[in-house]
Amino acid sequence: MDTKNKTFYQELMEKGYSRRDFLKFCGLVGGMLGLQSTGVAQIIDALQTKPRKPVIWEHFQECTCCSESFLRASHPLVGQILLEMISLDYSDTLMAASGEQAEAVRAESMKNNYGKYILIVEGSVPLGSPGYCTIAGRSAKQVFDESAAGAEAIIAWGNCASSGCIQHARPNPTKTEPVHKIFSGKPVINVQGCPPIADVMAGVITYILTFERLPELDNMGRPKVFYGRRVHDTCYRRPAYDAGLFVQSFDDENAKKGYCLYYMGCKGPNTFNSCAVIKWNNCVSYPIQSGHGCIGCSEPNFWDYAPLYSHIPNVHGIGIEATSDKIGAALSAVTLGGVLVHAVVTNIQKRKLIKNQMDDISINTEEYERQKARMERERERIANQESRIDNESEKTN
Amino acid sequence: MISRKPALREVYVWQLPVRIFHWVNAFTITVLIVTGFIIGDPPAIMHGTAPEFNYWFGWVRLAHFIAAFIFVINLLVRIYWAFAGNVFARWNNFIPLTRKQINGIFETIKVDVLLLTPKPVYDIGHNSLAAFTYFGLLLVSIVQIVTGFAMFSASSNAWYAPYFEDLLISMNGFFPVRNIHHILMWFFVLFVIVHVYLVFYHDYIERNGVASSMIGGWKFINDKVVEQFLSEEKENERLEVDRKIEQSELKEDINA
Ligand code: HEM
Ligand code: SF4
Ligand code: SF4
Repeated sequence: MDTKNKTFYQELMEKGYSRRDFLKFCGLVGGMLGLQSTGVAQIIDALQTKPRKPVIWEHFQECTCCSESFLRASHPLVGQILLEMISLDYSDTLMAASGEQAEAVRAESMKNNYGKYILIVEGSVPLGSPGYCTIAGRSAKQVFDESAAGAEAIIAWGNCASSGCIQHARPNPTKTEPVHKIFSGKPVINVQGCPPIADVMAGVITYILTFERLPELDNMGRPKVFYGRRVHDTCYRRPAYDAGLFVQSFDDENAKKGYCLYYMGCKGPNTFNSCAVIKWNNCVSYPIQSGHGCIGCSEPNFWDYAPLYSHIPNVHGIGIEATSDKIGAALSAVTLGGVLVHAVVTNIQKRKLIKNQMDDISINTEEYERQKARMERERERIANQESRIDNESEKTN
Repeated sequence: MISRKPALREVYVWQLPVRIFHWVNAFTITVLIVTGFIIGDPPAIMHGTAPEFNYWFGWVRLAHFIAAFIFVINLLVRIYWAFAGNVFARWNNFIPLTRKQINGIFETIKVDVLLLTPKPVYDIGHNSLAAFTYFGLLLVSIVQIVTGFAMFSASSNAWYAPYFEDLLISMNGFFPVRNIHHILMWFFVLFVIVHVYLVFYHDYIERNGVASSMIGGWKFINDKVVEQFLSEEKENERLEVDRKIEQSELKEDINA
């Protein structure tokens, strides 16, 4: 019982971490969240005094890359925060218990902490056949509904839970949906990315624990501190972009010089994320730094906006697959052709008019007559109405 | 020498604001298409020098944004003029609400698109079909402006940028918005091809001076067409007066 009420700090001390490690971690998270030093003090205070938060962690249709991500976090304590600070009562991937035992723990925790626990969802929920994702004999949807009922807030971890990721890509064979599409009524935070950066995950959790409210979210439910700027606006290759110096193929001279990957289809200009600021794997690098364009993994339905290695959008659903520019150019050519044909036919059909030999160059008299008749009718209508009004006023008199 | 003396009248059709709008619009759309195309699919202009000595792609984007602002302001002025201008500039030209306009659209398709008869359709201002396509152009322009400003919000700290950023995010972010913006560019390209051709076409067969009318504002119109127009205008005025009288009488009756 007592272990449940331990603070994160106590837990760390028991594990043999130093206070110095702890303070470093608080400073790191505070910095990422853009807090002032008073804010950092608040974090230190909260982690030392507040009991850890109960968390239920559900895994549905996913590849577990989000869990993998935080296990490879930059600061050792970033990983710890997820495992220790929050008291992780149920995570079918990480917990030691399994089978009936595990399910029993989950049920008990949900009962004891009803209305107080945070539900973390990793993966999307298929609404097609339950066979697409079934856990302990129950469909993902059933499991989700059960855990969502008693949750205080829901954190949708990663692109799967936030917008469906690759299994949601056209034609979405399992009819899978992200959390915010199948649930409303409680706050849902979309911690986007495939996977999200571990430090971002830790930052969100620390924020909630410290301030006891959700961080400010954008219209897609993403925390603004981490998803407020584009990769492109923080990318170190941006000067090459503005200079129009683009890599033309992955093995050319320009790639060696580290020019911008825009031409190679880099989706940094489309993508709100902090990869270029926080970076990955102990802040070593991020995709663009290692020479590959951003694929836009923190944006909804990014898989559907093919192709990965070009900016020019593909057009689907008209029988042919082609880039919009090819179709546009073809349409323009067809239009030009049509215009030429039209010009030729005009010279034949309208030769009299062109040569000024039309005897009757008169205006369209039929339309003129029709218009006159219409006006006549309108005048009659008004006259009728007037006489009716006159009659009525006579009667009332 | 071949010559002829038709019964024509000069009519002042396009007022100065309309003409200015037209050419500013043409110019900015051209710039927006060219620079937009370069932004979407940049040519390999590699100076081989380091980034710090170069900014050409930045200038192209800047040109796109400046043209965009002129395009928007110009359009706003034109929308104002749709309520303040003469009958040929008025908003109701562009939305086919009357039977006459709807008939006019079919008539124009018959005569000028399918070329079924050698007889021309005469209009003083826009013909009904053309006017309707300009309404379509307005709608596409609005979509282009909204998607453009939504994207622009990410590189701007103007007071309105946060609103457009919220809008961008609500529209599912850059991916769909950029694609719409890109694909609609082709609509403008097609429009320009057809529009320019039709000006040539009309001037060629009807010789009413459409092409130069966008410079000076005047057109040569068949006498009878002008007569008809004036008589219709008079009729409409009379009907309007009649309607007003009718209404005021109704009111008096109710009061009595
Ligand atoms: C006639 C109207 C316009 C046309 C034809 C046009 C065309 C284009 C095209 C083809 C692109 C490239 C899209 C891509 O990356 O694939 C583009 C980008 C863009 N346009 Fe426009 N545009 C128009 C109006 C506007 C307006 C009114 C704005 C408002 C500010 C605007 C703002 C932008 C922005 C912000 C970008 C993205 C530039 C970047 O990636 O840095 N556009 N435009
Ligand atoms: S590499 Fe990508 S994110 Fe970086 S400047 Fe170029 S386009 Fe933008
Ligand atoms: S650079 Fe782009 S694709 Fe890569 S992890 Fe960051 S947001 Fe995702």
